[in-house]
Amino acid sequence: MYEFQFGPILARMPTVLQGAALTLEFAAASTCIGLLLAVLLAIGRVFGPRPVAWLVTGYVELIRNTPLLVQLYIVFFALPKAGLRLDSNQAAIVALSANLAAYAAEIIRAGLESVPRGQVEAGLSLGLRRGRIIRHVVLAPAIRAIYPALGSQFVLQILGSSLVSAIAAEELTAVSNNVMMETFRNFEVFILAGGLYLAMVLLFRGFFSATGRVLFRWAA
Amino acid sequence: MSLRDFGWNELQFLLLSVRWTVLLSLIAFLGGGTLGLLVAALRVSPSRLARWAMGVYITLFQGTPLLVQLLLFYYGTSFLGFRPDALLAAALTFTLNSAAFFGEIWRGCIEAVPRGQWDGARALGLRYVPALRLVVLPQALRIMLAPTVGYMVQIVKGTSVASLIGITELTRTAVMVNTVTFEPVRVFGTVCLVYLAICWPLSFASERIGRRLDTKRAASLGDVFRRPASRPAAGRVQPR
Repeated sequence: MYEFQFGPILARMPTVLQGAALTLEFAAASTCIGLLLAVLLAIGRVFGPRPVAWLVTGYVELIRNTPLLVQLYIVFFALPKAGLRLDSNQAAIVALSANLAAYAAEIIRAGLESVPRGQVEAGLSLGLRRGRIIRHVVLAPAIRAIYPALGSQFVLQILGSSLVSAIAAEELTAVSNNVMMETFRNFEVFILAGGLYLAMVLLFRGFFSATGRVLFRWAA
Repeated sequence: MSLRDFGWNELQFLLLSVRWTVLLSLIAFLGGGTLGLLVAALRVSPSRLARWAMGVYITLFQGTPLLVQLLLFYYGTSFLGFRPDALLAAALTFTLNSAAFFGEIWRGCIEAVPRGQWDGARALGLRYVPALRLVVLPQALRIMLAPTVGYMVQIVKGTSVASLIGITELTRTAVMVNTVTFEPVRVFGTVCLVYLAICWPLSFASERIGRRLDTKRAASLGDVFRRPASRPAAGRVQPR
């Protein structure tokens, strides 16, 4: 009969928690970089000239229709061929950012396009300048509309970053793997890892819905 | 230095491994779809306990990484006294995972059917299951189609995770071929094209089906700015 022993796992808790911290770092760094990129992509797609819009669409479709794991391998194995050598952590952040950028760009584009055209035309007919229209008529409601979706993108980044264990970046899943090999408490270690992921996910879900309610009180 | 060149044999080896990707996707879709329908039905059932239990199930599977679930089912099940075959572990994980996602997606679609349809079915004397099966679900099917096809893309991409427990589907085969040929650009480029060939038509279909339902799509904002000439000139009535 199998006896559950969490002792050896708990003894390695500091290492596991360091892994969880690196998971959050990956999620945070890639979300920040990815969002910046996404804003540029979305602007390019919505406001840019046709060829730019096509290029952005191509990038978005390419990223959304291939697995993150393959994108990670491309960054880790193929970029060095192009002379760009990255260590595991850097490759992880690059791949995660490039991935998030495509999804977030679609969300931002949808947000921009959710603003009815009539509102923009109303702004134009009131004589507002283009910049003011973009800021007050388009961006303010668009940001409110996309905030929840962007929040869940961050949460998805926490989950997606588990894949970077495949290139030996020492985040939570990779650390759990190591702990498993040291202790042979297979079940316990992955239950712990799953519990930590779940805790992070629920925490940040709560955080984003709470901040969303506070930030966008003006619209209620 | 590489052990082999990326030639015809290697390409064939790579392309044939798609069979496993397709097989895993079908298992996940059929298994997860069947179980997911049950999850969705229980999620909107009159029983509070069933709704709560399905809520917990969905949260557990949506709140943890697919990879951790897979590792738990593959390595973690050693406490049962045996190590399941990698394919069995993957099939089980993908089925349970997709069931959670389908359950949540379909719950939304079922709830999008107007409340009055339930009431009408009840008034006709139908119990919960017949009301769902005969009245609500047939109307929800229309709404379910687009997100279901869209989620199939996630399933296909998700099967790549099975490479990490040693199943030689497309992604793992790519890693193996890359190790001996050291042609990452060609190898992973090919793999990307194969995934695109499977996933892109599904994405496209999903979008098209979705757009057909969503008729009041606003014209692109960019069009207002991008082509100022098309803006109606002042004082002139433009034909619609």
